[in-house]
Amino acid sequence: MRHIISILIENEAGALSRVAGLFSARGYNIESLTVAPTEDPSLSRMTLVTRGNDDIIEQITKQLNKLVDVVKLIDLAESAHIERELMMVKVKTSEATRGEIKRIADIFRGRIIDVTPMTFVIEMTGTSDKLDAFIKAIDETSIIEVVRSGATGICRGEKGLHL
Amino acid sequence: MGFIDHLIVNAEGNSVELNGAQILVQSLKDEGVEYIFGYPGGAVLHIYDAIFQQDDVKHILVRHEQGATHAADAYARATGKTGVVLVTSGPGATNAVTGIATAYMDSIPMVVISGQVPSPVIGSDAFQEVDMVGISRPCVKHNFLVKDVTKLAETIKKAFYVASTGRPGPVVVDVPKDITDPTIKVPYKYPRKVTMRSYNPAVEGHKGQIKKAVELLLSAQRPMIYSGGGVILGEASRELIELTRALGYPITNTLMGLGAYPATDKQFIGMLGMHGTYEANMGMHESDVILAVGARFDDRVTGKLAEFCPYAKIIHIDVDPASISKTVKVDIPIVGQVKPVLTQMIEQIKESKKQPSKKALTAWWEQIDKWRSVQCLEYDRESPLIKPQYVIEQLYEVTKGDAYITSDVGQHQMYAAQYYHFDKPRRWINSGGLGTMGFGLPAAIGVKLAFPEADVACVTGEASIQMCIQELSTALQYKTPVKIINLNNRYMGMVRQWQEFSYESRYSHSYMDTLPDFVKLAEAYGHVGMLVENKADLRSALEEAFAMKDRTVFMDIITDRTENVYPMIESGKGHHDMKLRVAPGTPTDRELA
Repeated sequence: MRHIISILIENEAGALSRVAGLFSARGYNIESLTVAPTEDPSLSRMTLVTRGNDDIIEQITKQLNKLVDVVKLIDLAESAHIERELMMVKVKTSEATRGEIKRIADIFRGRIIDVTPMTFVIEMTGTSDKLDAFIKAIDETSIIEVVRSGATGICRGEKGLHL
Repeated sequence: MGFIDHLIVNAEGNSVELNGAQILVQSLKDEGVEYIFGYPGGAVLHIYDAIFQQDDVKHILVRHEQGATHAADAYARATGKTGVVLVTSGPGATNAVTGIATAYMDSIPMVVISGQVPSPVIGSDAFQEVDMVGISRPCVKHNFLVKDVTKLAETIKKAFYVASTGRPGPVVVDVPKDITDPTIKVPYKYPRKVTMRSYNPAVEGHKGQIKKAVELLLSAQRPMIYSGGGVILGEASRELIELTRALGYPITNTLMGLGAYPATDKQFIGMLGMHGTYEANMGMHESDVILAVGARFDDRVTGKLAEFCPYAKIIHIDVDPASISKTVKVDIPIVGQVKPVLTQMIEQIKESKKQPSKKALTAWWEQIDKWRSVQCLEYDRESPLIKPQYVIEQLYEVTKGDAYITSDVGQHQMYAAQYYHFDKPRRWINSGGLGTMGFGLPAAIGVKLAFPEADVACVTGEASIQMCIQELSTALQYKTPVKIINLNNRYMGMVRQWQEFSYESRYSHSYMDTLPDFVKLAEAYGHVGMLVENKADLRSALEEAFAMKDRTVFMDIITDRTENVYPMIESGKGHHDMKLRVAPGTPTDRELA
């Protein structure tokens, strides 16, 4: 099962490599990983998407908690949460296809943020599934490049990950 | 008198200003460090200069950085204090890695200070530069790169705090050379306490879980206590003994846990696992309730996981939550330090109206005694050759079972574990998790420094001893008279044993050819060398060696080269599927060949 693990970690040099190293050393798989400082510059927030059965996820969270730099973490999959990922897609366009691509982007609430005679760059946020669906919906041969941030997420309501 | 005291006298009320090198050494002193084990080099010259100018913290100069880590590690194992190592950058640091990993696998508190090239040239492939923080990361509990001399004292404090609390482990502090620059002085204050928001090790176990555990324990029909190194690290031997005696249950120890429960006690049924006793492994297999205390269900203990303790409900006490249900699913996990948890359990058992079923327990002990009657550790005592088991038995008698025994890795390690009956914790010093050959001799030196009056013996083999033999020189310099019991079978015995069992006796590179003359070698290093070739000479030779209180003695004992360690659970098999020694007197294939 897919899990989104949110981690508050000391914003120290090498903190990221501790997490990445843990996953490679123990043979866990990372689907995506995003990291940036929080409103408190001494802390970074990391969002890590991984897959595994309950036993593996339990070990992953325990091993992460064991890292001295990790302050706190939460498995978002355990409760109601919101997930978002940012994607930018550069597509080839022509007179004939522009309208269609624009319409599909609109349906997915994407925005066109760069236009040249031959290309569009479409910006889109949503769940990873939604972004996958958009990629499937447009003509595969028109895609020049796709860049995705990896998923980030936050708990709904009162619950959350903070000090 | 150290240089710092001198400075404080002259400070006239102002705060003391020290340079980084002095801060480092003074921090160690303020932490109560007695010995540092190290080797100088370019990146740590400032630190060595500071060491030179004081005599509070004693430096032990080893002959190879691996030796420094093992000696510091063993010092920690024997005393319970944190071992301290100082090495230079580059090769000094990489040579220390094996010893750091050894300490990591056995959860030994250790602080390793490694020099680093000056901050401005980090990352430029400077002379003797390696990314020590990166290299050591997978085998340390934590590591630090010091970037600011004003944070140095606090970082050292944090290193000791992290290394020695919770589940202990090695911590590396990488110190770039410019941080210890003698010309840059800053105010010094060693923090008495340090807190880290990201590090809060568990202390007391969950009350509800403990209550459930006690209920389950008291209702057991075929109980088993399985305890490991965590009991020794957690200083909970007394509590373990009290609990075990109060319950009257059988107890087995892991390799790392030997000595936590007295081996000569009638409730002790031996070590468990790959070379554990028949009664311990069968007892585990047939048990209905297992209390695992400070043990981590290592693969050498469990054997085939699918067949591990099929009938048992398992209670697991461990300070490290990640150790719980890692390989074996447990029924009642208790996260906490072993000592307070056991204390609570003892209280609850005393107060409980329920008592263990006498009838069930009697039947269970009868069954265990049947397994005991197999006498799985018997060996051919009539053999004219010196059997390695016989050597350990004699060593046990000559030292009255009260020596500190360090070991290397292989058959001799298992013989020592099986035949030297450890009655006290911290007496059995070996590399259990990583299985590091070369550990024994520097370890013995570390132990002897901690306990100069005690008998310290390094049980080793002719293969292992050669991996850190250069430390014989250290033993002379610091007058640490240890006894080296070299079980010389001219084979890497454990490798040969596996090749015999699993590779149709194709002894690929397990043969120790062109061995040195160990007697001459010992003498060349300034020690006493003894060659023991006849069984009849062994006892008197041992007595003679241990009578030489102020000399390191290298006993080269020529043992039966075909002897194997039994019982054995071959890898991939379960506890009930043990290979036992053929009854004494029955010729084996090998003897006939």
